Amino acid sequence: MSGVLASIIDGVLVGAVYGLAAMGLSLIWGVMDVINLTHGAMIALGMFGVYLLFTSLHVMPYLLLLPVLAGGFLVGVVIYWIAVHRVLGRSQLATLLSTFAVNMMVIGIGTTLWSTSPYNVNYSIPGITMGRYTFTGNHIAAAVAAVVIAACLQLFLYRTRLGKAIRAVTDNRDAAELMGISAAAVLTVAFGIGIALAAASGGLVATLFPFTILSGGVYELKSFVVTVLAGLGKPAGALVAGVLLGLLEGAITPFIAVSWIPAIEFGLFVAVLVLFPRGLFGRTG
Amino acid sequence: MILKRPFFWITMAVTAAFMLLPWRGNNVEMRETLILIAVAIILASNLNLMIGYTGYVNFGNIVFFGLGGYAGLYLVTGRGWPLIGAALAAGVAVSIFALLLGLAILRLRGAYFALATIGVLEAVRAFVSNFEPWGRSAGMYVTFDVYQPLGGPMKALWTTYFLVTGVMGLSLLLSLGIKTSKFGLGLFAIRENEDAAVVLGVNTALYKAIVYSASAFLPAVAGALIFFKNGMIEPEQAFDLTLSIEAIVMIMLGGQGTVAGSAVGAGLYEQLRGYLLTQPTLSNFHLVIAGALLLIIVLFAPLGLIGWTHRWRPMRRMLE
Repeated sequence: MSGVLASIIDGVLVGAVYGLAAMGLSLIWGVMDVINLTHGAMIALGMFGVYLLFTSLHVMPYLLLLPVLAGGFLVGVVIYWIAVHRVLGRSQLATLLSTFAVNMMVIGIGTTLWSTSPYNVNYSIPGITMGRYTFTGNHIAAAVAAVVIAACLQLFLYRTRLGKAIRAVTDNRDAAELMGISAAAVLTVAFGIGIALAAASGGLVATLFPFTILSGGVYELKSFVVTVLAGLGKPAGALVAGVLLGLLEGAITPFIAVSWIPAIEFGLFVAVLVLFPRGLFGRTG
Repeated sequence: MILKRPFFWITMAVTAAFMLLPWRGNNVEMRETLILIAVAIILASNLNLMIGYTGYVNFGNIVFFGLGGYAGLYLVTGRGWPLIGAALAAGVAVSIFALLLGLAILRLRGAYFALATIGVLEAVRAFVSNFEPWGRSAGMYVTFDVYQPLGGPMKALWTTYFLVTGVMGLSLLLSLGIKTSKFGLGLFAIRENEDAAVVLGVNTALYKAIVYSASAFLPAVAGALIFFKNGMIEPEQAFDLTLSIEAIVMIMLGGQGTVAGSAVGAGLYEQLRGYLLTQPTLSNFHLVIAGALLLIIVLFAPLGLIGWTHRWRPMRRMLE
């Protein structure tokens, strides 16, 4: 029985990282109604960002999240102006395809640079041992880092003027513009933050598991699941839903073959989407 | 009448050319090139029924191709069915699956539906990877003796080739037939404004489910034929999200909502991909170029090639 508990705790720790990844997707979705299909590629860039900085600087990888966040923000601003701004307001297909086109290019360049062989960040923090079970330090540190970043985002959205502007544009872009908010500037910042969060979560994943340039896709799909569970466009709910997904994974891992987990996850995903299109924590109106 | 349309005869001529050109002189190399183009046209023109006609973005259309391949190969190798019977049965089974699935997920609109299709693809892939009768992640293989009823492997490859080109012709005719029917008008109404379509008496739920199911049938038949020809099937190949999205690129390249567009786009894209993949310096880069191409089309030429030629009225008559 305590084995199951240990598995659940570990799942929750990893789930916080899923949540962080989903927050980026959810923020962009909420503010500009765009499903950002560059998400997976950006997670992968975050992984390689931390890997490259770590192998050249040899500092604690969690400190490297700061440059990765900053780099992610800049990349996000560039992508927004190249691929997203022009097609906002056109059909859903246009933004889905333009972001997917960027995704293809990033993955193509990444494959050329780093091939698809696995890399890992060779760094470990001593874990905590309880009886027969050990919780690895990296998992704990990654979860803490994810929660800290999520809290910072929440403070930014609710305690600063720019954050307030982002929330205003999320609620009603036209009304926000009438109040003198520059929607273009707000959308740019929001997209940048969304990408920064994706990159940071990728950086955290890099400290947990080996990864390739294609690994981002797995976490992109998990982010979709989490975002849909939380209800679209709700970054705070995304963290909770991420933890829930991790908990679910942790709870079922001891009982069935690991290869069945994606089948269950995506079956659940489609079911939730059809039955609760507003998310499990339902938003009214 | 569909017979009076020039495009009907163009379709017939192209299909006949596909069949006859490699057959003359037993040109196997040309056959292998053309079969890839035929598959691309099948996938793109059937996906166009959803994306171009109905305005629903389906990222997971490839799931029908893969399921058709699995069902067909299972019937041929596991149950000893003849190829054509197995392919048709696979098509019917997958269409019924799509109809039931469609009734559930087509209640979602826009981006929600697009996400659900990704979810369906991943769920099916993960399920099949664990499904014992279909060989789990190792997939299934065709043993040599299944080629015997078709007169040995050499003849069997030609037979499947003709069947695949036939399915290609049928795909184009299905697109044309739907486009010129009242059913097609209903779909266009859904694309332009679904709420208004409901008010005007279009049974949108039923129309969407039917077109979703129709867009599953021929890809499933083609899947059964292609994986029979390849001699094997495995989940990663059968449910390849990239191929699914490349089909969308083809539609955009040719012009969404047009019959000729999805075919021309499929042919051109397949040629381009073949060229890039065989260039030693470009093979890793083919994703980058395909991505850049897609981005340019979306940003600057959302109507695609055929959409662009529609400016000239006679051209439009000719191609629809």
